[in-house]
Amino acid sequence: MSAVTLKVNGKVHNLDLDPATPLLYALSDDLELRGPKFGCGLGQCGACTAIVNGRAVRSCITPVSSVVGAEITTLEGLGAVEKPHPLQQAFIDEQAAQCGFCLNGVILTAKAFLDKNPQATDPEIDRAMSGVLCRCFTNIRMLSAIKRYAKEAAR
Amino acid sequence: MTRDRLHLARVSRRDFLKTSAAMSGAMLVSFNLAEPSTSFGQGPIAGSPQLSQLDSWIAIAADGSVTAYSGKEEMGQGISAAQIQLVAEELCVPVNRVKLLYCDTALTPDQAHTSGSQSHPANFNHDNLAQAGATAREALIRLASQRLGVSADQLTAKDGVISGASKSVGYGQLVGGRKFNLALDRNAKRKDPKDWTVLGKPVPRPDLPELVTAQFEFVHNVRVPGMLHGRVVRPPSVGATLVGVDESSVKNVPGFVKVVVKKNFVGVVAQKPWQAIQIAEKLKVNWSPGPALPSHENFYTHLRYQRPTRDTALVDSLDVEEKWNQGASLRSTYLHPYQMHGSIGSSCAVADVQGDKATIWSPTQAVWYQRNTCSMLLGIKPENIHVIYRRASGCYGLNGADTVTYDAAILSQAVGKPVRVQLSRKDEMAWENYGNAYVIDQHAATDAKGNIIAWEHESWSPTLGNRPGPGTPGNVVTGFLLGFEPEPFVARSPAPDPESYNNGSNGIPSYVAGKIKGKAYGTGTIESERVMLHSVRSSFWTGPLRSPARLQNTFAHECFMDELASRAKADPVAYRLRHLRDPRLIAVLNAAAKAANWTPRPSPKPDLRPGGIATGRGVACVLYEGDNGYSAIAVDIEVNQDTGQIAVKRIFSAIDVGPISNPDGLRNQIEGGALQGMSRCLGEHVTWDDQKITSVDWSTYHTLPLGFEVPKIESVLINRPAEKTNGAGETSITVIAAAIGNAIFDATGVRIREVPFTPDRIKSSLGTRT
Repeated sequence: MSAVTLKVNGKVHNLDLDPATPLLYALSDDLELRGPKFGCGLGQCGACTAIVNGRAVRSCITPVSSVVGAEITTLEGLGAVEKPHPLQQAFIDEQAAQCGFCLNGVILTAKAFLDKNPQATDPEIDRAMSGVLCRCFTNIRMLSAIKRYAKEAAR
Repeated sequence: MTRDRLHLARVSRRDFLKTSAAMSGAMLVSFNLAEPSTSFGQGPIAGSPQLSQLDSWIAIAADGSVTAYSGKEEMGQGISAAQIQLVAEELCVPVNRVKLLYCDTALTPDQAHTSGSQSHPANFNHDNLAQAGATAREALIRLASQRLGVSADQLTAKDGVISGASKSVGYGQLVGGRKFNLALDRNAKRKDPKDWTVLGKPVPRPDLPELVTAQFEFVHNVRVPGMLHGRVVRPPSVGATLVGVDESSVKNVPGFVKVVVKKNFVGVVAQKPWQAIQIAEKLKVNWSPGPALPSHENFYTHLRYQRPTRDTALVDSLDVEEKWNQGASLRSTYLHPYQMHGSIGSSCAVADVQGDKATIWSPTQAVWYQRNTCSMLLGIKPENIHVIYRRASGCYGLNGADTVTYDAAILSQAVGKPVRVQLSRKDEMAWENYGNAYVIDQHAATDAKGNIIAWEHESWSPTLGNRPGPGTPGNVVTGFLLGFEPEPFVARSPAPDPESYNNGSNGIPSYVAGKIKGKAYGTGTIESERVMLHSVRSSFWTGPLRSPARLQNTFAHECFMDELASRAKADPVAYRLRHLRDPRLIAVLNAAAKAANWTPRPSPKPDLRPGGIATGRGVACVLYEGDNGYSAIAVDIEVNQDTGQIAVKRIFSAIDVGPISNPDGLRNQIEGGALQGMSRCLGEHVTWDDQKITSVDWSTYHTLPLGFEVPKIESVLINRPAEKTNGAGETSITVIAAAIGNAIFDATGVRIREVPFTPDRIKSSLGTRT
């Protein structure tokens, strides 16, 4: 165990952790954040996604030691129930969920991609979302929500 | 329920209502918890609010807000919005005034499982939630009549206020702070659909704002003070038994708390989840391997000849044999693999077992049955076990939810502290109760005009385990490892004659008469019919997976119907219509065809060309399980004949599930079901070697990702306000595999009779084309 300092959603946290611990456990257990979720532990599904220095990473295979000092954003960091981020609002407007477990990875992957590629075309968005899994298959509504936000944000 | 502290405090229903009342500054209805105990597993146990009492379903606070209690849970299927609509409609209040609580053994009525597309039918058609709403409305009108001195027939309820003769009174003033003390009234008048103001409209889901902002509490997020973290160590192969565990191998690993061994169950408990994972990986365990598994390569042959069997005859007109020689005869065999639920989040539960009491947070589809079976595992009285449903990721049937609940309960009991367990991806996928594999033989005879004069269906399918129900924890892996047996396999051959009509999970094709003792129950016209099912013991755990058996049977029926149409050189829609008699099934088939701009012609399409992209169309229809939702789908697809890749371009779905409660929720289910069915038929199948399951993650079990080339879906919703409501969640998924299989034939002239339609399978089938 050793002292690890993480900056999450703008706040600095000092944690006592094995440096090899994947970031996911620091976020979901030490900080009790509800956004990042364990889906596979293998970086295959995206449920654990966090944005680290502007890039969507799979927190289940990212050791905390590699993100010390980085700006880490979770789904909580985007917006709140009272004031959702426009991308979150787009998901509400499209009623784009079933169980909702994958939403964390879906929204954060889309956010990181569109921040870097604000003029992305629809096929480019589809490709960017091809590494995220939704087993309820709410694909149509989720992709519509992302594309709706992309068009509004690009204006 | 954002950050709901209710269950963390482990309050009783009575306390909860008092607390709520205090919070809203009002006295609320209270409930009597002293209810008579009933026999084990039969209906509500002591403590569960009684189905027959209005107060079990609905409470009205002094501020007029409504709390509805349901025994059907929201798993992501959208049922909570529809249930809130039922209550709001019957009670004449806006939806935002209704709060819904569901599936908590201390708070809500026992409605058994949330499964089988039965939730909305249960609460809409029967004497349950909606009838409670109507009972409450009539009771409120009677109270208002007395209070206002105005006769009931002059009073109307609107927005939680009853008015008439220039007088009015609010619901809160009439009952806030008191029980109704009434039985649920079976004769209370339900609203006429033509007067609906809330039902029939696209009410948004109540959970989305919390879901998209990560405020929603999944079972994975439940945190209890002092909670530890468990991890299970499953056997390395199917049927392996425990020889020994070397606890010293992990005693010095940071965070170590305990190794727990019971019969063949092995688990560890640690301070933190990552530590539990490390300890489970380092723990030295010796296992004795199980018997060799049937060869994956020759599995379907093995399945067909496996003995003993349990045989069931669904219909038998006793004359099919004589038809085979009267006309042209066609035989085909269809194959369907084991498939898995493959929930996106591996299953998770939290248990707090302290002495003779337990509180369990579980994603189970049956909290009351979990209470009974946890009672068996823990040796604690069921009335001392409080099971609280918390949502996990979508389960689509019996995933690891029940088994992980047992894991958490056993580990918590061993350490006397609350324990959270989340399964590894591999443990989720290797040990869940898979959807059944099938071998299905089809045989039909046709007359000179190509009309079908006899149809025989014979299937073989393996089973082991099931939902645990009220008394069989051995139906899932943890219960079995702990020494409980799965439900017994009872061989039976020959099958007894059918005494009453049983659709047999769509074992009966849509086109036969379904005659029992001279009365036709089926949706079709073919009088000579025989349907025979053979069940055998499975090597792997099995259980309901969305559209269980219905999907597999419908794949075989609807593809075979297409083969018969092609042989008769008839249009596939017109040919189906020639053999159907149910007007609602005919209507959905016509509606899907119309949406698809279907032009009549036989399949395959003319001018087939080898190589390059071939386009095709296909159709399929079904009355789900014979009485629970009409569904038809037409698809347009492209087959890349060089790579074997299938691209589904457009899906046209027509659905009739009776009166439509929430059209947007219905569309969401149709869309998700169609795409999930696509994923299943294009790529999903469980694999194994001679000892163990080898499809254990997303690189070895192939699901379609979010951003694949998603087809456009057009949903035609047929509204039938005068009918009973049907379930919707398993309608589109049941027909999509057949529609795609038929479209592949239309595009290429090649019939694929085995799921999944992988590129390799398509390519090799195209290679055999003459």
